[in-house]
Amino acid sequence: MAKSISPRAVLGLLLALALLALPPVALSLGEPFYIGLASRMLVFALAAMSLDLILGYGGLVCFGHAAFLGVGAYVVGILGHHAAEQTLLFGILPGTTSGWVTWPLAMLCAGFMAFLIGLVSVRTQGLYFIMITLAFAQMAYFFFVTLKGYGGDDGLSLGQRSTFSDLVSLRDKSTFYYVTLTMAVLVGGGLIKVTRSRFGMVLRGIKENERRMLHIGIPTFRYKVAAFTLAGAVAGLAGALLANQANFVSPAMMHWTRSGELIVMVILGGMGSLLGPAAGAVVFLTLEEVLSAYTEHWQIILGPLLILVVYFARQGLYGMLPRRRADR
Amino acid sequence: MTMKALLAAMAVVALASPAIAAEKVKIGFISTFSGPQGVLGRELMDGFSLALKNLGGKLGGAEVTVIQGDDQGKPDIGVQLAEKMVERDKVDVVTGINFSNVLLAVAKPVLDSKTFLLSINAGPSQLAGKDCNPYYFNVAHQNDNVPEAMGQFLTAKGVKTVYLLAPNYPAGKDMLGGFKRFFHGRVVGEVYTQFNQPDYAAELAQIRQAKPDAVFFFYPGGMGINFLKQYAQSGLKGQVPLYGPSFSLDQTILPAVGDAAVGTFSTAFWSETANNKANKKFVTDFEAAYGRIPSPYAATAYDGAYLLDAAIKAAGSTKNKDALRKALETVKFDSVRGKFSFNTNHNPIQDYHLYEVTKDSAGRLINSYRSEVFTEHKDAYSTTCTM
Amino acid sequence: MGIFLFAEQVLNGLQLGTMLFLMASGLTLVFGIMNLVNLAHGSFYMMGAYFAATLFKLTGSLVLAAAGAFVGVLVLGMALEIAILHSFYRRDHLDQVLATFGMILFFNELVRMVWGPQAYFLALPEALNGSVELIPGAPYPIYRLIIIVAGLTVALGLYLLISRSRIGMLIRAGASNRTMIEALGVNIRVLFTVVFGLGAALAGLAGTMAGPLLAVQVGMGDSVLITTLVVIVIGGIGSVRGAFLASLLVGLSDTFGRMLLPASLAEMTIYILMAVILYRRPQGLFPAHG
Repeated sequence: MAKSISPRAVLGLLLALALLALPPVALSLGEPFYIGLASRMLVFALAAMSLDLILGYGGLVCFGHAAFLGVGAYVVGILGHHAAEQTLLFGILPGTTSGWVTWPLAMLCAGFMAFLIGLVSVRTQGLYFIMITLAFAQMAYFFFVTLKGYGGDDGLSLGQRSTFSDLVSLRDKSTFYYVTLTMAVLVGGGLIKVTRSRFGMVLRGIKENERRMLHIGIPTFRYKVAAFTLAGAVAGLAGALLANQANFVSPAMMHWTRSGELIVMVILGGMGSLLGPAAGAVVFLTLEEVLSAYTEHWQIILGPLLILVVYFARQGLYGMLPRRRADR
Repeated sequence: MTMKALLAAMAVVALASPAIAAEKVKIGFISTFSGPQGVLGRELMDGFSLALKNLGGKLGGAEVTVIQGDDQGKPDIGVQLAEKMVERDKVDVVTGINFSNVLLAVAKPVLDSKTFLLSINAGPSQLAGKDCNPYYFNVAHQNDNVPEAMGQFLTAKGVKTVYLLAPNYPAGKDMLGGFKRFFHGRVVGEVYTQFNQPDYAAELAQIRQAKPDAVFFFYPGGMGINFLKQYAQSGLKGQVPLYGPSFSLDQTILPAVGDAAVGTFSTAFWSETANNKANKKFVTDFEAAYGRIPSPYAATAYDGAYLLDAAIKAAGSTKNKDALRKALETVKFDSVRGKFSFNTNHNPIQDYHLYEVTKDSAGRLINSYRSEVFTEHKDAYSTTCTM
Repeated sequence: MGIFLFAEQVLNGLQLGTMLFLMASGLTLVFGIMNLVNLAHGSFYMMGAYFAATLFKLTGSLVLAAAGAFVGVLVLGMALEIAILHSFYRRDHLDQVLATFGMILFFNELVRMVWGPQAYFLALPEALNGSVELIPGAPYPIYRLIIIVAGLTVALGLYLLISRSRIGMLIRAGASNRTMIEALGVNIRVLFTVVFGLGAALAGLAGTMAGPLLAVQVGMGDSVLITTLVVIVIGGIGSVRGAFLASLLVGLSDTFGRMLLPASLAEMTIYILMAVILYRRPQGLFPAHG
């Protein structure tokens, strides 16, 4: 038994090799554009995993997840803006482009916002929860639209990418890709650990039957808020990465259709599996890239495809993978 | 992409393909082709395509490939398109952009890669002043200039109070800023509405309350159509006269608004009635090709193609960037505006005139020349540009 | 603020409110009775506008165009319900959100392909293009008044339909207890299809009326949809009466918010309103169930 290599392991090994080999291959083909695209995919993979934590495991249908992404991106954007202009934020804080400061701060701000929104939102149920998360995201969207000091709806160009002392230079596309890959693997791995811990079990329990969890003495409210906060923080990190990838931040990142697309990525990949939604993000962006090169009317294919996935393949792509023996 | 735009793009490729010349030039054409402002992209593309057709599908003897992208009027989409065009398609020139917010967002990735950025419409003050760049050229206008002419005219006319409206984006700020630079009466209201706001009921109610002598408004494309229609419906027309830059009263707007616009004054650097040889050919050819009167967007796009043609011819190639830059700075071409030259900040030095909306012999609304306002006018930012 | 300005802004708020009610009534009924979250409701608004714009160009009659668009969207709505959406009634909200999100993508792209990406601007007939002085010295656009009157008429019609007719009785019964009407032996499939079609047609009517005032364009239903969702959540999902009051509340607060509040808050007014109301009353103002 132990000798036979499972198809899953083979798949994983191939994937890891492909991910590592991508930048040199793209460069040798003279197509550095695809390194940027792959980085973008990894960023959205991370964002989709963070959403899956609350959506797939906790059953919290958050229709405003893009707001956390946007806040993370704006932390990098705004501090970078002050650094470039050599002005002070709130009249006291100097700007910075140091990723040692901005990336954790992006997580902190997005996480704190998620904590506050979570406190209010997770009391509500069903459609009201969907709607109230949407409403908060709309508030954030319009807040940044009207924040003319930082470009408002015109967005804000980043003077330069985040710096990490002299350790790595993100200006180089390949380096940025590997940093993003490392982040996605580390944080994604962390999320997987979380879902397998007691915390993850409780979350799943809440999704199955919240009343039962309450009856056995588990403070479900606190668990839900904690999960929401964690998901927000990870999305904030994805946002900080996205700002660096695009060299540009704008409220369009927080538009409700962006939140919708994140949910689509999760469902497409198969919710409640973390790796599935990550793959879902990659597939979604690939579809966008491939179909839009083939026809600009690619959404006329994506729309019905989505309906079919929801109707027939509730497990998403993940459900189509060969399963581990233990899962059967 | 509309059928017409598609055909135009295909015509460009078809015209280019039989030639065997080794020299090739790739143009990335980013513009707004969809939504309420989609008409602006269509005008720019049609003007540019017409010039290419006249030039035999070549710019300076080089085969042309035009790669078209729709920014939907959104800066973030513009940035993505520009990066794709610069990195994947390796274009020589990025052009076409109609909105200043998109242009400002796109400028960084394009100029950082030392790719030429030729504006055939948007003229944000930032790129004319402190953010000017050797690789950025504006063949159209700096945003402040056209309203400056109107400010000058209304001051001379003795207008005491004015109410200002514009969308809240960089060009809106520039336009009203330019107006105020030359208007010496009192500004009783200065309103910046959301970009692409469709309904102006609340703003109209406030104009009625303020009772100004005049309203100066900058609303291009679809925003202009909605504003003018609602202005007429509200009963304000006839009480408070409207004045605008040409972009609020051009051929992208007038046919949809109808007689409600007759008698309105605008300032501009060009109009469909401009009296010079190049323009007469342009307007005749444009009407023959597309069955409508061209707008300033089409005119500057047409000029943009002729500028590139002359500059590439002079430089001999697009590959020697220094030579091409010097050629762009100094080369002469037949502008539909008559006199045209570049200032030190790569923005135009040109004349500005006053026009009035009237009807032509066929009953169509046109902008008729009334008087000269500025001669060889420069923008206010060239002194802060160091490159 | 002058009294004329105030009166004019109240009318503007009412006009926005009645327009929102046309959207909200259908959406809230569909949720209340069939338990379906339908994001594609904004697409019906857009389709109504495009149908009407096309018919208006062909016939030159605004009335014919509006009637044709109403019937067109009614048929489209019923067809969609029969073909796809009825099988989502028993699914959870997440599935419904996704499937109908897919429909938004589909319809936006369909319209782009059929009608082109550029917006249409419709000219009103001369008779509707002016203004009247309801109060002497304060002219108001005739067309906006027509929207207000049409919206209030539909509201009255819906009230009579729901409170006085047999179908209305079934709707009320369905909203408060879904299983009961099934027990009554009513052909519930047909009732659902009719209610869904009617709601879609009302959204189409709202789009028809918005066309000449604003612009007919791809994605025009998307932002209206979000505002409508805010309305039905404030009103209490499933309650037509709640939707009516919430529509006017949202219409007025948005209009006055824009005038009185600083720009940074003005856009957020209705969302703040919703968050506050939900915090005080988690089921909205008029909860339909229990």
